[in-house]
Amino acid sequence: MTLPMGRAMREVFGDTVTELANDDPRIVMLDGDLGSSTKGETFQRAHPERFFQMGIAEQNMLGVAAGMASVGLIPYISTFVAFAVIRPLDQIRVLIAQPRLNVKITGGYSGLFTGRAGKTHQVVDDISIMRAMPNMVIVSPADDTETDQVLRWSASYAGPVYVRLVRDATQHLFDSSYTFKFGAAVPLRDGADVTLISTGAETPRVMDAAEILATRGIQACVLHVPTIKPLDVSAIVKAAERSNFVVTVEEHTVIGGLGGAVAETLSEHRPTPVHRIGMPDVFGESASNDDLLQKYGLSADRVADRVATLKASA
Amino acid sequence: MVAPGESVGDDVARLEELARRIRVEIVRTVHKTGVGHLGGSLSETDILTALYFRELRVRPEEPDWIDRDRFVLSKGHASVGLYATLAMRGYFPVAELLTFDSLGSRLQGHPDMTRLPGLDMSTGSLGLGISAAVGIALGSRTLGRTNRTYALLGDGECQEGSVWEAAFVAARYGLDQLVAIVDHNRLQQYGWQGDAPEHRLPPEAPGELRAKWAAFGWRVIEIDGHSMAAILDALTQARTGDGRPIAIIATTVKGKGVSFAEGRYEWHVKVPNAGEYALAMTGLGETVDATEEAAR
Repeated sequence: MTLPMGRAMREVFGDTVTELANDDPRIVMLDGDLGSSTKGETFQRAHPERFFQMGIAEQNMLGVAAGMASVGLIPYISTFVAFAVIRPLDQIRVLIAQPRLNVKITGGYSGLFTGRAGKTHQVVDDISIMRAMPNMVIVSPADDTETDQVLRWSASYAGPVYVRLVRDATQHLFDSSYTFKFGAAVPLRDGADVTLISTGAETPRVMDAAEILATRGIQACVLHVPTIKPLDVSAIVKAAERSNFVVTVEEHTVIGGLGGAVAETLSEHRPTPVHRIGMPDVFGESASNDDLLQKYGLSADRVADRVATLKASA
Repeated sequence: MVAPGESVGDDVARLEELARRIRVEIVRTVHKTGVGHLGGSLSETDILTALYFRELRVRPEEPDWIDRDRFVLSKGHASVGLYATLAMRGYFPVAELLTFDSLGSRLQGHPDMTRLPGLDMSTGSLGLGISAAVGIALGSRTLGRTNRTYALLGDGECQEGSVWEAAFVAARYGLDQLVAIVDHNRLQQYGWQGDAPEHRLPPEAPGELRAKWAAFGWRVIEIDGHSMAAILDALTQARTGDGRPIAIIATTVKGKGVSFAEGRYEWHVKVPNAGEYALAMTGLGETVDATEEAAR
């Protein structure tokens, strides 16, 4: 019943951007000394003349990316979210978002899975931060198939894009017939008792949680939101109407992320109570992936338990 | 006189006259719009004049010309100086300067490349523009283009750590078609107090900028940033690359050309009143039109 594991998103990142560059000479990669982790190394092997080591100097890296975009190149960033978004935020704001330059901020190691690096490297507020930035679009793919398609789409979109990637293998959700559509949420499952709305690598876990809930007699409608900005308002309203009981689930803080976006949207368009599952207002810590998911309530069984409890007390 | 839109080559006297007229437009713009960073716009004027009227391969009538040289005003707050220079060079009408920083204007408080054709980068937060210039230079080289890239930084701006990230990476890539010019006017907005409240210490100690840029692997040229001949000579030297990016450290005077503002930190961002405006204009060899003032 549990979804099978797919390829690690970082492997897909390395392979797909490399492939894109085969056909598009404008594509370059800027690395912040983490190519061996992000799998930017795949790109370097194939296109050494278009791979630029920027050293451990990420503020400059994002500024260089802006300059390169201004002369017609399409830079992809190879580093962790902590250093792709948080460290160089002013460069992103002034040099990339404000002038709408064509930089792809592909941030690896988002959320809790950082290879046991702990709270310094776990970024669980990037969606909130980037969502508040004008001109920025945010895409958070669920699995290997969707990551590949999101990256291919990103090269065709003229403007800044933040792609939220995770380090490790995620459960395989979509087969090859899936087509990512920018700005569109993806209904994955129907059910009239509860509406679960999720994004990124949390979505496969939410699908497993929905299966668990079904065994307990709770039928869940599941909506996957790969494009967090711009948000698919009509799909969210429609999903909320299905059950009138909405729970958002994300590997991210409950403040201002997907849960915040859904609550804002529904309160304006179709007032519905929204429960938010995600990181509470705390920093993370070092631990195995499974232990982190358990502790912070993001594993399939913990999500199912929480939803069942919320439903029972409704 | 020189007509707007003209490149004047190596004629020092004509360039000096242009710089004088650009200073007049800077002072007029700040006075009449009531906003703008006067001190740093006046200290950079001679450098911008030399760049736009002699050095840069640009086409004001075709600002997006793909093979143009690029210029990044990393010290974006001194935008009035750049706007006055661009107007005199023919990018837009000189009269448009009076829209500076007002609603709907293409002349934003800090340079906005999405609004004004001719701007090669949006800047304003200090320490960022030099990184973009490194990207422009590295990207242009990657694309096989032969254009050169120029960035103008403030000496106060060189306190930003990201400047040195950019300096390190530029040297690592041997970007000898990149020229960073530091407007070393030796004052920042507020700075460290010296012997008295009105006395401010320079952003860096004497010789410190030379030592830093050299230590980061740049070829350093030091000049008097108000000597047109020296600026032209330095820019000529910078055309010949030796595998290192070039830093021109131009010693200047904040508020240059306006007697009461010269060397005074308070004039970093301050608007001349009517009396000061008249004094400044007289000092720059202009007369203030009394009817123009009365109509204000």
